[in-house]
Amino acid sequence: MSTPQKMKKTERITGHMTPGRGPHGGGMVGQKASNFKSSTRRLVGWLHPERTKIWAIIVAAIASVALAVTGPRVLGRGTDIIFAGAVGKTLPAGMTKAQAIDAARAAGHGQVADLISGIDLVPGQGIDFGALWHVLAIVLALYVGSTLLSYVQGWLLNDVVQNTVLRLRAAVEDKINSVPLRYFDQQPRGELLSRVTNDMDNLAQSLQQTMSQMLTSLLTIVFIMVMMIDISWTLALFVLVTVPVSMALAAVVMRRSRTQFIGQWRHTGALNAQVEEGFTGHSLTKVFGRQVEVQADFEVENDELYESSFRAQFLSGLIMPIMMFIGNINYVVIAVLGGLRVAGGTMSLGEVQAFIQYTRRFTQPVTQVASMVNLLQSGVASAERVFELLDAEEEEPEHAIALSTTTRNGRVSFEHVSFRYEDDQPLIEDLSLAVEPGQTIAIVGPTGAGKTTLVNLIMRFYELDSGRITLDGEDISQMRRHDVRANTGMVLQDTWLFDGTIRDNIAYGKLGASEEEIHAAAEATFVDRFVHSLPDGYDTIVDDEGANISAGEKQLITIARAFLANPALLILDEATSSVDTRTESLLQHAMAALRTQRTSFVIAHRLSTIRDADLILVMEHGAIVEQGNHDELIAKGAAYAKLYNAQFTGPRNSGMPQASGVAAPADRARMRPDK
Amino acid sequence: MLLRLLRENLRPYKRWIAFVVALQLIGTIASLYLPSLNADIIDKGVVTGDTGYIMRIGAWMLAVSLIQIACTITAVYFGAKTAMAFGRDVRSRFFRRVGSFSSREVGRFGAPSLINRNTNDVQQVQMLVVMAFTMMISAPIMLVGGVIMAMREDIGLSWLVAVAVPVLAAITGLIISRMVPGFRLMQTRLDTVNKVLREQITGIRVIRAFVREPFETDRFAGANTELTDIGIFVGRWMAAMFPTVMMVMNASTVAVLWFGGHRIDAGAMQIGALTAFLSYLIQILISVMMSTFMLVMVPRAAVSAERIVEVLDTRSSVVPPELGVTSVVTHGQVEFRAAEFTYAGAAHPVLRDISFSAKPGKTTAIIGSTGAGKTTLLSLIPRLFDVTGGTVLVDGVDVRDFDPEALWATIGLVPQKAYLFSGTVASNLRHGKPDATEEEMWEALEIAQAKAFVAGLPEGLDAPIAQGGTNVSGGQRQRLAIARAVIRRPEIYLFDDSFSALDVATDARLRHALEPVTRGSTVLIVAQRVFTITDADQIVVLEDGAVVGLGTHDELLATCPTYVEIVESQLKAEAS
Repeated sequence: MSTPQKMKKTERITGHMTPGRGPHGGGMVGQKASNFKSSTRRLVGWLHPERTKIWAIIVAAIASVALAVTGPRVLGRGTDIIFAGAVGKTLPAGMTKAQAIDAARAAGHGQVADLISGIDLVPGQGIDFGALWHVLAIVLALYVGSTLLSYVQGWLLNDVVQNTVLRLRAAVEDKINSVPLRYFDQQPRGELLSRVTNDMDNLAQSLQQTMSQMLTSLLTIVFIMVMMIDISWTLALFVLVTVPVSMALAAVVMRRSRTQFIGQWRHTGALNAQVEEGFTGHSLTKVFGRQVEVQADFEVENDELYESSFRAQFLSGLIMPIMMFIGNINYVVIAVLGGLRVAGGTMSLGEVQAFIQYTRRFTQPVTQVASMVNLLQSGVASAERVFELLDAEEEEPEHAIALSTTTRNGRVSFEHVSFRYEDDQPLIEDLSLAVEPGQTIAIVGPTGAGKTTLVNLIMRFYELDSGRITLDGEDISQMRRHDVRANTGMVLQDTWLFDGTIRDNIAYGKLGASEEEIHAAAEATFVDRFVHSLPDGYDTIVDDEGANISAGEKQLITIARAFLANPALLILDEATSSVDTRTESLLQHAMAALRTQRTSFVIAHRLSTIRDADLILVMEHGAIVEQGNHDELIAKGAAYAKLYNAQFTGPRNSGMPQASGVAAPADRARMRPDK
Repeated sequence: MLLRLLRENLRPYKRWIAFVVALQLIGTIASLYLPSLNADIIDKGVVTGDTGYIMRIGAWMLAVSLIQIACTITAVYFGAKTAMAFGRDVRSRFFRRVGSFSSREVGRFGAPSLINRNTNDVQQVQMLVVMAFTMMISAPIMLVGGVIMAMREDIGLSWLVAVAVPVLAAITGLIISRMVPGFRLMQTRLDTVNKVLREQITGIRVIRAFVREPFETDRFAGANTELTDIGIFVGRWMAAMFPTVMMVMNASTVAVLWFGGHRIDAGAMQIGALTAFLSYLIQILISVMMSTFMLVMVPRAAVSAERIVEVLDTRSSVVPPELGVTSVVTHGQVEFRAAEFTYAGAAHPVLRDISFSAKPGKTTAIIGSTGAGKTTLLSLIPRLFDVTGGTVLVDGVDVRDFDPEALWATIGLVPQKAYLFSGTVASNLRHGKPDATEEEMWEALEIAQAKAFVAGLPEGLDAPIAQGGTNVSGGQRQRLAIARAVIRRPEIYLFDDSFSALDVATDARLRHALEPVTRGSTVLIVAQRVFTITDADQIVVLEDGAVVGLGTHDELLATCPTYVEIVESQLKAEAS
């Protein structure tokens, strides 16, 4: 009985160790919930919609365990019948039981007399097969009933757990779509990812395992205890003493092995990092002749991993033998004490037999409950982290007078706009600006000047602290966010595409776009050209490792996507990554195609874009320090002129135009939302 | 493959394994002996009322239990030690083997795949070995021993074993064979769910900008439902597993009692033997179940083993010569003679008929569109690849005739992707020159225009660098990679588009500072942008793997249409 459960447990432990589960999983081995009680209660709350099934599960579990535990007891009666027949046959027929006892005593076999007195037999008669058949039929019925009920219980429980996890996941998904962008800025991306993936998985796993095993284990312990006490409370007392002992032993060993597993985890992580580094930097290691040192470092870490994983494996491997040993001791004691009592006629052999069975079945749920505690802790800790996400404040509800969503002209104005990410760090202060439809506005300035913030505000990714932004004269904070954004197209430096075909990625700009529309967008933005050279054409899958599509081509796809959306207003963040010259020129053309007939805000890094802009906004410390066109600003000889001279005229400029940016590219790599 | 991997790597631990097997054997025999002793208690002690005998056998049972646990614990100890040592050795062999590879083999497998094989796959096989030592050895012993003991107790009932064992094996086999593919599918679908979530979090701005939240929610709901469906499918089989197994065991017990009762009534068997037989049957069935579980692990481990052995069996295509030329290279002249290179399995060469020479003290620039083979060309010099035709010579000696260490010592490489190793700024510079002094480091940093920012870091040279150099900006990373090459003062500099992340001013200062340092060396530069190489001594124009132009900027403008086209496209891009 103990084996399948043990398998599961081992799998779980190794499951945690498998590096494939991602390095974040490592934090989970030893973690504890900070508020265990309330988080558990909340988790239980999630089970509420399934309460009918849960009641059914509890009833089925109680019934199934009760039947299963009654089995051995009844089976013991079968043993008694056989024993009675076996002993009875050795006695001469025609005698009464009392006569047989007297005869045995008279013959000096006092012990045999005691034995016979305790057995319900008829001298001279063999096994009563009619009675035996009756008993065995009952046992069989008990087992069949228990099996069916236990199956029903498992089936229902699985449904409950799966549905609960489904709802939890859906809630997480909803949350992601309804928290303000600020939430994503406030914490490291990896941390958030770990919550929605690793913690969610861990929660699902622990829920599945604890719920299915905890209930039956606890019930089994209770029922077996009742049975044992019923058979012989003195023997039961002995077994009950060993329970806390074995539990404590199991807990000690488990705690130790857990520390070792954490160590093993850490070393696995460190070694994997070394392997990754060794293989990724393979050619460098070679050319710099560092192979020997790298191998030596690897061996050191490898040895440490060996040591810690050996200890972890050994300690966790101890639990089973220890439990078996305690089980065996129980077995021996019961066999001896029981044997003595049967011989003394105070207990039947069947009862001893049943008792032995009970002790054998007792250690296993006890071990299980002990190991469940760890699992439960880690599961609740994960639940807590998921709940924290679910508790995040959502975007302000729309107090929208739903305005018409008809295509807009793209007139934008900022009126005394102020905004800050942190209350004590002013970023954009009292900014005013008016943009006519169709104009191109180039935004330039050093890192942290607030360029990205400015465009984020137009998209209403963040709410203003004061002032207002209008689109065609309407305050965007009075519009539905969706309507604001539906009128705005965006091409970011970060070329985000999802794992799908090129066609699907372009069509992302306009759901339900026809094939013609997609092709038209692709042609206008030069995507069509390179797609034709791909073996799968528009069905080529875009993925991270997809070496088939270059960074520049990915950028073209994002432009096509925005083109298809056909927005009145456009936000462009000019790319600065190094792409080869031909793709570069395609990008330029595609961006230009996208800009025509639209109001465009461009976070500009290219001289040509800046020169051609209708209006240049020079930003410094969140304020627009200058605005005007290129010639005006150069003539003014202030901030823009300084910037221009510093960045666009290299020290040995031979008149060759340069494609370098306003902000030093080195810093740009670190620039996400300015803050 | 699996067997070979196990055989080869477990060989050093033969003694331990023999020890484990012996211990498991003793332990199993001990635990098989207990029911038999219990039978004796009943038949000889209880039936005759001999309490002294009961006590004696009881003590003996206790002793047997002690022997059993001692054996098992020792077996677990050595089993774990052997299994983990096996894992360690395979990892080490694997890592060493990959270390011997050239870039060609690394490229063939791909670094991510190699990483996976060295970690996850080894882990899989190691897990199998652990299981083998803890269960796989004891299960068959238990099975065989149990059968023997059961038959010893009563041969007439042994047909029950012959019935129960196949029934149980068939049932567990059936359920597991349904569950395993389900589990695999579940993992894939879980990955999909997580992938969608990851995409949504990384692409949150785009999703909101395009108002695609409803679309994303649908996409997620689809993945989530699929995952739940398979979870329910697998869960139902799992729910069936345990009750069914228990049913088979319980039914066997009932059968033993019924048929055993008849044997006893016929006087062919004693009551104690009946209880012993029952215990043995249960033990046999448990070991059958374990064996079934074990068998499930084997195919997975076999796949992993195959992936490991595939790498271990691969030989590097770049083989160092037996007696390499170790003479110090003094000039560093590089010459390509009709060099050709074809990737393994590719139909067409990436480079063909490449001939030119790069002289010490001169700068040779290589230009051409993406995929023209520029990086591959540079890689031929330090033998990251070996030519598949023609020759590459350094100082007139075929690079394949050099002792690799001697060859590499003359080269300073700055790769396209500026990769830094985890450690500190100093440890990265020491990659370039192991015995570099602090003074040398600062000097190299100064040349690479990295002195200011390193000096600005609180820890200076000891500032930590994350794996890959991800904790410094792209430009800083590139400058450190340049410093790492410069500190070597090599005869040959290889710059593979190494200035791309630098702004124009820094770029210019850096080139200016490099000039005196590289004066006596051969410099090869791969470039994207024409303006950075206009004053090179020689420009090699590559197109589709062939040299289509060779000369100075002005010469090429007059003679090479491809070059003119590149120059014009860059001008136009700017002007548009």
